[in-house]
Amino acid sequence: MSLFRREGEECVATLSLDEVRVLRRVASEVVGLLTEGFDHSDPVVVRLFPAVYPEDPEEAADFRRFTEGDLKTSKIDQAGAVLAALPGEDELDPSGAEVRLDAEASEAWLRAINDVRLAMGVRLGITDETDLDEALTEEIERDVQSARAFQLSVYAYLGYLQESLLDAIMR
Amino acid sequence: MTTPQILPVERPETAEEPEQARPWVTIVHDDPVNLMTYVVFVFQKLFGFSRETAETLMMDVHTKGRAIVSSGARERMEYDAARLHSYGLWATVDKQ
Repeated sequence: MSLFRREGEECVATLSLDEVRVLRRVASEVVGLLTEGFDHSDPVVVRLFPAVYPEDPEEAADFRRFTEGDLKTSKIDQAGAVLAALPGEDELDPSGAEVRLDAEASEAWLRAINDVRLAMGVRLGITDETDLDEALTEEIERDVQSARAFQLSVYAYLGYLQESLLDAIMR
Repeated sequence: MTTPQILPVERPETAEEPEQARPWVTIVHDDPVNLMTYVVFVFQKLFGFSRETAETLMMDVHTKGRAIVSSGARERMEYDAARLHSYGLWATVDKQ
């Protein structure tokens, strides 16, 4: 599992082939969710675009009308910054890839990884009571090949990756 | 020729603006995904809080389920909520 480190002004990670592919996939999924797949009734969209006045749907809709476009654009740009920093499939070296992020790209990655984790957290039904290690072990014992086992492991990985990036940013 | 002199009209002192008496607040709610360190980072970044203040607020969110992170005029609170949303925090606006 690769993590970020600080090198001068940059945050750097040496990612494996699998990690590059996973990051590309989840970032693309977020872009899809925010573009052609955008649906206000999707619980993920509800979480990424919270109602600012939960008791007053009319006021909340008003606020949404003024802010949603910008918020959506910034989230798409953030996910785009992740995709832009990763090598494409045709230029991918089997040994993986080094990702070097300047301050601006680091912040975009930080927010984008957070969006991905929020989206996955909703889909996986993560709650305050969830013990991630336990949930993962349980699911792997049930069926190591399951989509849920894979997604739980990606979710756990992204948590470590985000924490290491935050650490590198603040250094 | 002189410019007309208008004496300033005496205005009675207004006791207190209703907006100040009952300001609006921005509330951050607990969620099971955001990392504690990330929430502290966002609080410091957006509101210029010291590390201690940001950590106290984060712990309030974590243990009490919510914390007030700013208060004042309604438009300002909506602006703060929008900025918090851009970082993926669950923020709402309410009257104190």
